Formats: sequence, C-alpha cells, structure tokens
Amino acid sequence: MINKALRQDENHTRRRTAVEKIAVSNAAARRKKRLLIGITYFCLIVLGTAFTLPFFWLVSTSLKPAERIQIWPPDILPKRTIYITQKMKNPSTNGAEVIVIKRNPDDTVVITPLKPGYRGPRKVSLECIRPTERTVYGLEWSNYTRGLTFIPFLQQLRNTLIICVICVIGTLLSCSLVAYGLSKIEWKGRGLLFMIILSTMMLPYQVIMVPVFAIFVWLGWVDTFLPLTVPAFLGNAFFIFLLRQFFMTIPRDLSEAAKLDGCTEFDIYRRIIIPLSKPALAMVGLWTFMGAWNDFMGPLIYLVDESKYTLSLGLAMFLGQYGNEYGMLMAVSTVVTIPIIILFFFTQRTFIQGITLTGLKA
Amino acid sequence: MLKPPVWVGLANYRTLFRDPVFYTALYNTAYYAVFATPLGMLVAFLLALLLNQKVKGMAVFRTMFFVPSIVPMVAGSVLWLWLLNPQYGLINALLGVVGIQGPGWMSDPKWAKPALIVMSTWGVGGWMLIYLAGLQDVPQDLYEAAEIDGASVWQRVWNITVPFMSPHLFFTVVMGFIGAAQYFTQAYVMTNGGGGPVDSTRFFSLYLFQNAFQYWKMGYACAMAWILFIVILSFTILLFKTSARYVYYGGER
Repeated sequence: MINKALRQDENHTRRRTAVEKIAVSNAAARRKKRLLIGITYFCLIVLGTAFTLPFFWLVSTSLKPAERIQIWPPDILPKRTIYITQKMKNPSTNGAEVIVIKRNPDDTVVITPLKPGYRGPRKVSLECIRPTERTVYGLEWSNYTRGLTFIPFLQQLRNTLIICVICVIGTLLSCSLVAYGLSKIEWKGRGLLFMIILSTMMLPYQVIMVPVFAIFVWLGWVDTFLPLTVPAFLGNAFFIFLLRQFFMTIPRDLSEAAKLDGCTEFDIYRRIIIPLSKPALAMVGLWTFMGAWNDFMGPLIYLVDESKYTLSLGLAMFLGQYGNEYGMLMAVSTVVTIPIIILFFFTQRTFIQGITLTGLKA
Repeated sequence: MLKPPVWVGLANYRTLFRDPVFYTALYNTAYYAVFATPLGMLVAFLLALLLNQKVKGMAVFRTMFFVPSIVPMVAGSVLWLWLLNPQYGLINALLGVVGIQGPGWMSDPKWAKPALIVMSTWGVGGWMLIYLAGLQDVPQDLYEAAEIDGASVWQRVWNITVPFMSPHLFFTVVMGFIGAAQYFTQAYVMTNGGGGPVDSTRFFSLYLFQNAFQYWKMGYACAMAWILFIVILSFTILLFKTSARYVYYGGER
C-alpha cells in the first residue's frame, strides 16, 4: 500500500519535472528564436546599408561644389564654402557686411548683404572683400544645370526615348505574333522551328556582332537608328518563349468557339489572346524598354554623329572627356538612373514576376 | 567602310593562337567568371535566406537589395569608378576608418579585376529574387523534422535548402558563366575603352570589340567570335551533361 502510494508520488514528481522541462525548453527555444530574429535584423541592416551607400554617395557627390569633392576626408553630406566679410571699409561694398553666397570660376563672387537697405553691387571680385572662409551644409545644384547642358541632355533623352518606344512596339508585335503561331495554330515543323528559335538564345551577341554589322553596312544603315530598332521587329527568342508559354495556358475552347463564330486567326489573336495576355505583354514591354534604355554596345557600334547619341553613350563619352568632373558625372548618372527606378516603383509586381519567371526556366 | 573580303584560309586562327593578348583576354575572362559567379551566388543566396525569414519590413529590404541590379550599366560604372577612386573614393575612405590602406583599384593591374568583381556583387539582386522564389517551394515540414532531430541551422541549410534549390543554383551558374563571357560594358566604360591598366581588364569580349571596331580587323574578330562560341557551347554542354549528378528536381525522376 505504502509502496504503491510512494511509487505514485514518485510518478507524479517525475511527470511534473517533465512538464517543467518542456516549459524550460520552450523558454530556451523562444530565447533562441528571438536571438535568431535579432541576428537576421542585424545582418539585414548592415547589408542593406552597404547596398544603399553607393546611391547615397551618388546623390551626395552630385550636390557638392567642385572644390569640395576631391578632398580628404570627404564630406558625408554636401557642404559648401562661404565667405563672410569682416566689418571693414571695403571699397566695393561701401563697408557693408556681406555674405558671399557663390564663388564663380573667375574668382568673382555673388554676395548677399546682411543689412537691409544695401545699394551696392551684387557681384564683386574676391580680393575686394577680404573674406573669412567657413564651410556650412548646403546643396550645390549647378552640377545638374551645368552637366545637363554640357552633354546635350534633352536631345539624347529624345533619341533614347525614340529608340526605346520603337523597340517596345516592335518586340510586342513580332514576339506576340510568332508566339501565337507557335502555340495556337497546328502546323508541320512547328516543334522543330520552336527548338531552332530557342537555340538562338544560346548565341551571345558578340558572336554575331561582326556579321550583323556587315549586313547593316551593306544596307547603308550605319549612323541611323535603324540597326537599333529594326531588329526588334524580327522577334526575340526569350520573349517569344515567354509569350508562348503564357498563350498555352489560355484554354483552347476559347479560340475554337471563336472559330465557329467565323473569326479568322488574326481576329482570335487580336480580340481574344492579346486582351487576355496583358500581364505577360506588360512584362515583355517593360524588359524591352529597360534593355533599350541601358543598351551601350549597340549605340557604341552604330551611332557616329554626336547628335544621335543615346543617354548611355553620351554619359560614357562625357566620362571619357571629363573624367575628373565627378560632380557633373554624378549628376548626369543620377538623372539617367532615376527614370528606371521610378519605373521600377510603379511596376514592381510585373518586374519581380518577370525575374522569377526566368528562374523557373531552370 | 569595309574592305571587300579576301580569302585567307586559316591565317586568322594561326595569328590568333600566337597572339599573347588573346591569351591574356582569355585569362582575364576566366578569372572574372571563376570569382564573380560563385561570389555573386553566395551573396545572393545569403540575401535570399535572410529575406525568407518571416520578419517585418521584408519588402523594404528586398527593394534595397534589388534596385542596384537595375541601375543602367553605364551610370553604375561611372558611379563605381568614383567609389573606387584610390585617393578620394568612398571605399578607400571606409577602409581607412578601420585602418586599412586601400589599394589603387582601377589604376592597379593587380586590383582592377577584383574591383570589377566587387562591383558585380552589388548587382546580384536579380539572382536573389530567383533564389527567393525557389525558397518558397522548399517543403517546410522537412525543416521541422530536422529541428526535432536536433539539426543545426547550418545543417538544415546545407542538407535541405541547398538540394532543393539546386535547379536555381544551377541556372545561375550557367547564366553567370555566359554573362562573364560577354562581360563588356563595365570594362569598356571604366577604362575608357582601353582595357587597362596593363591589359588587366582586357576581357575577351572587349578585345573582340576592339579588333572589330577599333582596329577594323573584322576577320580576326570573327575568328575570336568562333572561339568564344565554341568555349561557351562546350561549357554549357558540359554543365548540362553533368547536371544530373548534382541537380535535384523535386524527386521527379
């Protein structure tokens, strides 16, 4: 009896310790999990900073005046040098106390008087005012105004946009038509042709660069936009592949019903397939636009006359000639990058879908 | 513009195989491929693993890591040329803070290729997204089972995540090597088309381009193009032939 009671008690204790043990291990697990989350955040913040820092430096440098860019140690945020005159007799400012707000390359300065009622000149030579230097935080926008006039920005933007838009139209038209033929119409040799189209994806551009160039020379198209835009109308293997895969998911019944109603293949393409494929087409359009905007080798090979340069080419040429004008270079780079980033923020979902789709090919 | 072609037989190939710059270009491209691809994969994989943890603010971090990869290549190159400036660049400034005298980067033949590799790591956002999508397909119950069996985080990643991700990893290896063979814009822009210092960034595609459009040796460039094509083709075939050994397609076979 007593033995049994004792054993029961023992059992009871054992069970309790087991419960406690679980509670303890739960607490440990929770602590471990919190630690893991902490480490994750720590890594994310460190890496996030590392990945964002170049952008910060791009914008920061673009807003610094030339004399404060190549200095050691560098300013983290843009600073500028201002000159404050002491109270003194000054021939050109009639002794008034002024602050110099802008120093011109020819050592004249633009001044702002400290007292109201000042009637003297607004621009005087630097020696006239015997200044004390002081650096303060401030933004220098002249890199943008100078940089964008140095390279004929508006003209290059126009050239780039013309090429981009034509490429988008051409790619959407040609790739969707070919993809339709490869997915919705049965014909002999279709599979073989599809394989041939796919295999051209393996061909790096450099391999066919010279013969293609020879063709465009023969056509007399060098130094026009034609070599950069016409190929878009001849299809792109990868986009044909993407659109074909998408068209395959559209039920057959739809096109068959339309055929019974007397629609031609082109009607089906235009009225059924295209409206149903808007997400896929948006993706192809977006990628084509990005590709044309970023393209460097194409314009480098085919465009000779400076008035036909695209933004990428113009920026590279600017770097080649004025490699030390970092303020202006950063300003122009910022301006070339911003449209792409804005485009990304408005089309994030399409964008990310596109990339993950390329991965699914694996 | 172009002289009419003349039949020269295999003369271009003979010159090519005796051209020391050709071998330098091959070496530079191989160097870039061998270091940039695995490094990029490692960083992208790490970022994807971090983003896959279910913590708040993921969308913000994802954008932070992805946006560098869509910066126009020329603008990115100009920016990095400035970041890598030996005297006044941000990178050497940061190295200076921790007491390291930074190298000359793009002005030092030893450091020019590593500089380009570091720069390429900045643009791995696309691969990161591919991995992130792949991570969604890894069965979660396997992790729970492994955790009960007492597997460490590292063991779980190596024995569960990596095998399930092998198709995605394989895809990026192939893309990385093909991309390395075509590596051109950054090298051209950052060296003003020269491939300097001392040929250290004269990559295969850059040398091909120079032969075609700076020296106007079209036949020679075409010979190089054939070599490039054969190298890429054999590499891809080799990778695909051996892929059955290390790529796991969700037990379909």
